[in-house]
Amino acid sequence: MNPELSFFVEVVVGGLLSGVMYALVAIGFVLIYKTSGVLNFAQGAMVLFAALTFVSLVEWGLPFPAALIATLAVMVVVGLAVERAVLRPLVNQPPITLFMATLGVAYVIEGAAQLVWGTQVHGLDLGIDDTPLEFGGVLVSRFDLFAAAVAGLMVALLTLFFRYTRTGLAFRAVADDPLAALSIGLRLPRIWSAVWIASGIVALVAGLLWGARLGVQFSLSLVVLKALPVLVLGGFDSIAGAIVAGLIVGAAEKLAEVYLGPFIGGGIEGWIAYVAALALLLIRPSGLLGQRSVERA
Amino acid sequence: MPRSTSIRALLAGAALLALGAGASADEQYFPLQSYRVGPYAAGGTGFFGGFIDYLNLVNSRDGGVNGVKLTWSEGETQYEVERGVEVYERLKSRPGIAAWNPLSVGIAYAMIDRITADKVPLITINHGRTDSTDGRVFPFVFPLLLNPYSETSGIVEYLATREGGLDKLKGKTIAVLYHGSPYGKETIPIYELLSKKYGFKVEQIEVPHPGNEQQSQWLTIRRLRPDYVVLRGWGVMNPVALKTAQKTGFPANRIVGNVWSNSEEDVIPAADAAKGYVAITTQASGAQYPVIQEIVRTVYDKGAGNLSDKKRIGSVYHNLGVLNGILNVEAVRIAQAKFGHRTLTGDEVRWGFEHLRLDEARVEALGAKGLFHSINVTCANHEGEGRVTFQQWDGTQWKVVSDWIKPDWASLRPIIEASSTAYAKERGLTPRDCAAEEQADIQSGKRASVDGK
Repeated sequence: MNPELSFFVEVVVGGLLSGVMYALVAIGFVLIYKTSGVLNFAQGAMVLFAALTFVSLVEWGLPFPAALIATLAVMVVVGLAVERAVLRPLVNQPPITLFMATLGVAYVIEGAAQLVWGTQVHGLDLGIDDTPLEFGGVLVSRFDLFAAAVAGLMVALLTLFFRYTRTGLAFRAVADDPLAALSIGLRLPRIWSAVWIASGIVALVAGLLWGARLGVQFSLSLVVLKALPVLVLGGFDSIAGAIVAGLIVGAAEKLAEVYLGPFIGGGIEGWIAYVAALALLLIRPSGLLGQRSVERA
Repeated sequence: MPRSTSIRALLAGAALLALGAGASADEQYFPLQSYRVGPYAAGGTGFFGGFIDYLNLVNSRDGGVNGVKLTWSEGETQYEVERGVEVYERLKSRPGIAAWNPLSVGIAYAMIDRITADKVPLITINHGRTDSTDGRVFPFVFPLLLNPYSETSGIVEYLATREGGLDKLKGKTIAVLYHGSPYGKETIPIYELLSKKYGFKVEQIEVPHPGNEQQSQWLTIRRLRPDYVVLRGWGVMNPVALKTAQKTGFPANRIVGNVWSNSEEDVIPAADAAKGYVAITTQASGAQYPVIQEIVRTVYDKGAGNLSDKKRIGSVYHNLGVLNGILNVEAVRIAQAKFGHRTLTGDEVRWGFEHLRLDEARVEALGAKGLFHSINVTCANHEGEGRVTFQQWDGTQWKVVSDWIKPDWASLRPIIEASSTAYAKERGLTPRDCAAEEQADIQSGKRASVDGK
């Protein structure tokens, strides 16, 4: 393959695989927003807490599966606690109040994570060799392929769950119209609890994959910065939108950095995704695949 | 912070409050703007832990400095500038302040005007404003051992030793991967200058903060095929750089880290990807040095150590903290020799720092031979001609792989002076006449000697 073309393909593939990682975090936001209308700013802190708990348990000597199950249990408790102690008492409050509450929760979880597990940086080895694979001169990261497969599996499971299970259908009903769902006897508090648990599990998966990529340290909570433009682009309430937007953001920021960066000073990938998100907001405020809200005046 | 440490900190705080926490007539006080929680807590606990361990050693072993007990208290900053300034305002009225040591570029910048007005030294070991090296314009600021320009020169000198001489750098390509912040950008002109001087090609590539995604930068590096990559990183950017280098097939032993990319916290998360990675340092890591062993025996074995995890004794940040302790204590000792064995004012301690001359023999006497080389601070040179060495990560620990290297200070000084002169002009400051001050010191020394006879 022509070296320039091969390089271009490498940039695009690398970007798409990075985009899947962004989508992984964005899905946690979507789950909560879809059913309760809350933009859960604490999702990044939950990612940090999950990864820190898991790696600390492994370092204490727990086998990998036991640590995974224990962390899963911890995340279920965290999800339930946030929903019961913070969100449920604030039902029917304005969205900005709920958003600020999750902002507070983020700080509490970050502080608690350091209080309980300490401030040290940890390595996390998931047993995936990260030497690159070569396809016709194009290098592709094994780990990123694995992460993409895990993300794909998770999206498939969530899709099956939403389409074919009773609870999943109840989620969708609540997302479509909470009042109508309430009137036909769906128990909203139970569904909200379930969705916070699901969000905790997504945080665990994202925490393990991002933790293996970055190391388990405080800055894991900053991965939300990568998820925000994905949410705006894809729509806050669409899992498919999160995946599509993740891929777009990943590829676009890499292409922009490599091909535009040298002309406008470099270091542009930190904000270029937000430019795309803002531009889309002006044209389509609900995002690419988000549900358009129609309200009568 | 583990719970036991938090409880200890609370009890210590309560005890300090009960005692009034101020320095009495024979105490010298160190206010510490530490960060033990937040994103940079791993470095903060190591550095401030090492600093406190050394102060504890001096108190336990020697009863303080010539009978003057060393005291300290901490204010949590979480590495945030506004919190750092708040801690400064809260603690600045305590009596007997020796010096401020925030270990934060942002906090240090915010303090320069304040400490200059209050006449207390500000120590920015291995960091801070490069032009504060010029003590004629910045009388109270001390970027001890290494400023960013010297670091750049030290790295280039080291790469030259790997290639067989400075002349062998000609035609080589060096990529500099820098953090997208004022800190990261500070050395851009120096790499350009040195590339012209030695004939190598330099490509400088920015990584946006915080640096948790670097695929495009490393693909660009892959296309450039440089001979070396210099990593001028911070925090999460460092392990991500090493991991992404591995993903894109760039060998770790061709990556050289700067002084804020040289700790265990930078390599452990990168696991195998960090094996062979080399980084600059002013102080070697390891617990084998006599002063560190003394800290273990005198402080930790008595349950008074500051680190909650003893495995971190001798780590890069812990040893940097110990070294910072040595430099602060020796400055106080030198100032006491002139002003008397009592609590000194900040301005008197500044004089001590400006005469901080520790040669290899004195370093050995302090139990720090091999830990660091030497320092020679003067009125005009607040950096003090620190030497650098390079360590390689073998997967479990750092191992020294170079001699102590001298940066090319002579080439850098005119650039530093140009910057400090511009600062002085902008602020309407008149630079000090260091030659006259040193002459006055000599005269007063002679007078004291005659009076003594």
